[in-house]
Amino acid sequence: MWELIEQNRRKSKIVFFAMFLVLESLSILIGLSIYSPDGGYWGALFGFLIWIIQSMIAYYFGDSIVLSVSHATKVSKESYPVLHNVVEEMKIASSQKSMPEIYVVNDEAMNAFATGIRPEKSAICVTAGLVESLNRDELQGVVAHEMSHIINRDVMFMTFAGVMLGSINMIAKGFFYSTMAGNNSRRSRLGSRSSGGHPAIIIATIILAIIAPLLAQIFYFAISRKREYLADATAVRLTRYPEGLASALEKISGSAGNLVFYNRITAPMFIINPMALTDGESLLDTSTHPPTHKRIAILRQLQNGGKVSFRDYQTVFSKENGRSRLIPDSALADKGDVAVRSALQTDSEPVTVSNKARKITDMIMATNGFLFIPCTCGLKMKVPPTIGKSQIECPRCGRSLTVPSVTSGITHTGEKTKPVEGVNSSYLRTNPDSWESCLCSCGHSIQLSPLFRGRQVICTKCKAKIQIDYPE
Amino acid sequence: MIFALILLALIVLCFMFFIGIYNGLVGLRNRVKNAWSQIDVQLKRRHDLIPNLVETVKGYAKHENETFTKVTEARAKAMNAGGGSVKDISAAESELSGSLAKMLLTVESYPELKANQNFMALQEELSSTENRIAYSRQAYNDEVMIYNNKIEMFPSNIVAGMFAFARSDFFEIEDKSEKVAPKVSFN
Repeated sequence: MWELIEQNRRKSKIVFFAMFLVLESLSILIGLSIYSPDGGYWGALFGFLIWIIQSMIAYYFGDSIVLSVSHATKVSKESYPVLHNVVEEMKIASSQKSMPEIYVVNDEAMNAFATGIRPEKSAICVTAGLVESLNRDELQGVVAHEMSHIINRDVMFMTFAGVMLGSINMIAKGFFYSTMAGNNSRRSRLGSRSSGGHPAIIIATIILAIIAPLLAQIFYFAISRKREYLADATAVRLTRYPEGLASALEKISGSAGNLVFYNRITAPMFIINPMALTDGESLLDTSTHPPTHKRIAILRQLQNGGKVSFRDYQTVFSKENGRSRLIPDSALADKGDVAVRSALQTDSEPVTVSNKARKITDMIMATNGFLFIPCTCGLKMKVPPTIGKSQIECPRCGRSLTVPSVTSGITHTGEKTKPVEGVNSSYLRTNPDSWESCLCSCGHSIQLSPLFRGRQVICTKCKAKIQIDYPE
Repeated sequence: MIFALILLALIVLCFMFFIGIYNGLVGLRNRVKNAWSQIDVQLKRRHDLIPNLVETVKGYAKHENETFTKVTEARAKAMNAGGGSVKDISAAESELSGSLAKMLLTVESYPELKANQNFMALQEELSSTENRIAYSRQAYNDEVMIYNNKIEMFPSNIVAGMFAFARSDFFEIEDKSEKVAPKVSFN
């Protein structure tokens, strides 16, 4: 793992200087084609300034920019205990010293990303939809993948590469707009000075201004794809359970496109690119990430093989992708076997507090004779047996539904009985829009539904009438 | 003259190279030690969680006294085994795991307890702690593998031999109950 980090650092520096050279050559050429030869110096200075300013902004503010564009809010351990625990488990498994901050985006679509130039100042962000829909193994796979990006210094690398790409694009575009706009006026103004550069230089500049952004883009995407595979490999080495990440990716790819808050810049940072699934325009953007089905296939083969060291990932990767080498040889020195573990969570439904509570209340209602009436809009209504109506309106869509076999005076066994004359007691509802219990004099408790607006209930045990009053 | 200078430069380079390897080995050995202490941290976390858990369960399951005393005893034993050998620690901890599992089994018969918010939060903390113990062991074994690789591979094995860097052992928990196959008899 440490070899990957070292390799990343080295590659970052190489990318840094290579793209800096491209940037400087482009700006020098542009300068030369405007004023020659002073323009060259001005161009160099200008290019350098752009690069420095953008790098500093990315380094100091990159994190906060991405987090605010995505509308992410920091969450406490109390509100998301499982998420915090999963992140901390991964922090322990990767021997990290500091814990990343945890952010949640309030979006139903499932997705996740990580920010952080250094592990000491990093953050992992997931959507609310993701936390609710994944089970513990899948959540762990996603968190491990994001942490791997931080550990492998991918964020640092891709940020600097992205800044380079942005600067080159900006300068090239600026050049084209200025030549198109100011062509005539500039010629006439420059009359006395050494006029615009040699035609050969201008041609070279135009060529470079077209090629450089394209090359930088291709370079950026190729690196980005490689980083995703490496993050997958590191993630399964941490969790020892490739199936978790595989099924998480499957679930996410079904829903990632519905994400609301992202733009062209933040889209590639997510675990699955949300743009890749929506616009047709983003044909180029899809290539920031390798195809999801390939990632899943590799992970499932690893799960079947039973071993998850880097060497195993490399073997499966080469099978899928031909001769390509992903992991440097120095990282393949894992002499021991790294075996797969068994699943942490065996049931498929995510075990959240609300699910458990709902199951329990359904059970209680069923034993008390409640009627479960599903509406076609998807709402499942739970109607108390004493509702006294034969038609009710769905509170969500307004459809009128028949309540099966409910007539006034019915007990929970479904038979009609004669109500006892005379009301024994009355009950004032304090909160008509939620569940309430009222106690009959015989000791039996009666549940009153938030939908219930009847004026009388009949105790199922002793058949006593109870009057229900409502506040003004 | 030039030849001597070149030779000197080469010697200096070799020297620096060896220093680099030595420092690397020291760094790795310290990582192994740190990973070991991380396991202790997680074990201690489990010890601290248990009293709260026992009290919560006691509130509902008033008559299961035997289970509770077993858990408390096992916990005390595990805390005492703290500084000892790997074997003692792992034996005490697996005994604690066993008694905890039995207690959680009795919880199944108390649905009110299972639905209790407090208990559910504690159970999440407990299962997270079990995961953390497992992952800290995993991290320790990873560090040991890296360290052992460095010691045994060329060229760092030369430096390792010169300064007596010793192999570290993997942390393997012997769970005797897993190894004994159940005896089935049809008498």
